[in-house]
Amino acid sequence: MDNPIIALVGNPNVGKSALFNVLTGARQKIGNYPGVTVERKAGKIILGDTQADLLDLPGAYSLDSTSLDEQVTRDVILGRQEGQARPDILAVVLDASNMESGLRFALEIKALNRPMILILNMSDLAERDGLELSSQYLIDQLGMPAIETVAVRRRGLDALKNACQKTLLNSQSSQNAVEAVDDDGLQAIISDSAREAYKAEANKLANGSIVRETLTREWTRNLDIILLHPVGGILILLAIMFLMFQAVYAWAGPPMDLIEAVFETAGGFVNGAMDDGFIKSFLVNGVIAGVGSVLVFLPQILILFFFILLLESTGYMTRAAFVMDRLMGLVGLSGHSFIPLLSSFACAIPGIMATRSISDQKDRLTTILIAPLMTCSARLPVYTMIIGAFIPPQNVGGGVGLQGLILFGLYIAGILGAMLAALLLRRSVTKGASAGFLMEMPRYQWPRSRDILIGLWQRAWVFLRRAGTIIFTATVVLWLLLTYPKVPINDPAYAGVSQVDYSIAGRIAGTIEPVVQPIGFNRDIALALIPAMAAREVAVAALATAYAIDGDNEDQVSWQLGERLAGKWSLATALAFLAWFVFAPQCISTIAVTRRETNGWKWPIFMLTYLFALAYVAAAATYWSAVAFGLG
Amino acid sequence: MHLDTLPLRQKMRISSIDWTQISDNEGRRLRALGIESGAIIEALHRGILFWRDPLAVRVGRMSIAMRSKTAAAIAIEAMLENDEDNVSHG
Repeated sequence: MDNPIIALVGNPNVGKSALFNVLTGARQKIGNYPGVTVERKAGKIILGDTQADLLDLPGAYSLDSTSLDEQVTRDVILGRQEGQARPDILAVVLDASNMESGLRFALEIKALNRPMILILNMSDLAERDGLELSSQYLIDQLGMPAIETVAVRRRGLDALKNACQKTLLNSQSSQNAVEAVDDDGLQAIISDSAREAYKAEANKLANGSIVRETLTREWTRNLDIILLHPVGGILILLAIMFLMFQAVYAWAGPPMDLIEAVFETAGGFVNGAMDDGFIKSFLVNGVIAGVGSVLVFLPQILILFFFILLLESTGYMTRAAFVMDRLMGLVGLSGHSFIPLLSSFACAIPGIMATRSISDQKDRLTTILIAPLMTCSARLPVYTMIIGAFIPPQNVGGGVGLQGLILFGLYIAGILGAMLAALLLRRSVTKGASAGFLMEMPRYQWPRSRDILIGLWQRAWVFLRRAGTIIFTATVVLWLLLTYPKVPINDPAYAGVSQVDYSIAGRIAGTIEPVVQPIGFNRDIALALIPAMAAREVAVAALATAYAIDGDNEDQVSWQLGERLAGKWSLATALAFLAWFVFAPQCISTIAVTRRETNGWKWPIFMLTYLFALAYVAAAATYWSAVAFGLG
Repeated sequence: MHLDTLPLRQKMRISSIDWTQISDNEGRRLRALGIESGAIIEALHRGILFWRDPLAVRVGRMSIAMRSKTAAAIAIEAMLENDEDNVSHG
């Protein structure tokens, strides 16, 4: 028999995910509901000697859904979601210090007549707000279990599990299985008159459950006076973003050196321990040079995700949306788009998926189309390598490094490109009235190290899996294409012909070269661009493999890709290469997720076309300006 | 008087909302957040630079960000005598 299913339901920002994390621990599975890209988070929870499946449903305020997220929550609750059995228990999570809104939703759900448990989460925050609550009052009034929990401190979890066990036993013993609510039933629940009644009752219940209320502490409000300040708020947001990008450079140094040293040692070891031949070349030039050159960037990617997770879990992200709303309005978007776009700095895929919370379809489509312009972490390897090789690590004053400044400039270029694209899109293909901005801003919270660690681990795992699959495969295929056919060494006619020129890959790149030559790209870059369609990082791996193979003939094999590039490329070419990567849509996964999100090929093809055109123009402009300034 | 011109830190009562000025979708979201006739509302912060838009309001214990354009459709009046009891623990 299948495990019973318990679903966590509730408003956004009531700590559902934190509760889900402590209840399931590492036993989680994150995927998608079939047909929609709303994230499905499921895990196993141990109840005494039995197990149950725990679902973490997207946050919602009502069964009357306004976004894709809310729609999935409603359909799962009603047992209508394809590929998801109807939950046996609906565990409604409330923010103990702001119960009214949660109780309105809970009363709608109660009308469905399903086994139900109330969870008063974050009860410690309620205490700090000076509220003394009585869960017994809610138990008496609603006739269902009500448990106080503090997910962050693992408080109340045993009581919650006991309540789940009891509720399951009760529902199994009662013979009269409740019929699923039909459309008429649902309409009755979300009708104006019913909602009016729920509202009054929720107000009564929320007030009734408060035993005593002392003076509330207004620290969230006070913090908001600073962080939402008309001028200060913007400066603080800019400072946070600047700090984030400087940190990516400064903090990642030592761990990156370490990883580099490990691969260098491994390469040296294999080089010395094995006889020359196919296997050795494969290991040293293909695997170690290729994959190693990408893995080195794990620390930077984790630092970036660390900041994003931190901003999300403290509640600052919605403030950033508030501060940015008016500016986003200038290009026809709203603050809602800011959160998906900021996530896209880590990776466009979660960013594009996060657009599902935008309820206006045209706003959402525009956000999806410009998300790939946000500088994602996969570009970091490319940027870092080129900047490291061509930009001197000097200080431009005030502790700000030139390299970090250039990196910041690349991010700004992406942002400006995105804004320009949004402006044009909103006046052409996604024309329509402005959708407005309406969003709850949760209280500030101390970030929970456990949730951030779980989040970081998941990102690290995704990156390592990418390095192990997509990047590894692309690198190995490229290595094969670069290694064969071999230059006939004994034939004097081929003396001086390099292996890369003679190989299949070199010949393919040779045909593409004329197309990219006008924008300052050489044969090596043409070579790197093809496999980089799979993922941007592969460009680095491809260059590393190509130069490692050509380096075979040299006495001293340099492991530093940057040093080799600096000798081979002009500064104008390097800058054009950077400009290309600011705009080029080189990531198969992003195209795939766009296709899934927009239900067809029309928009992903549109996206590919306009981004490639933009990349070509930007690289050309950069190259020719640089040449004009004498940097060619 | 409408919500968009309400001075900060002053609790008022929503007297009516002109739903014709608000899209269906946004209207539903407003109701889901508890912004309806009779609700007690307070302006907390106004947005950035010279636009002073969007604004953050408090309803119950929630802080909600909305644009001035939406706020302009929300008419407000002085609180009634027994309103203080209905202000959800605020």
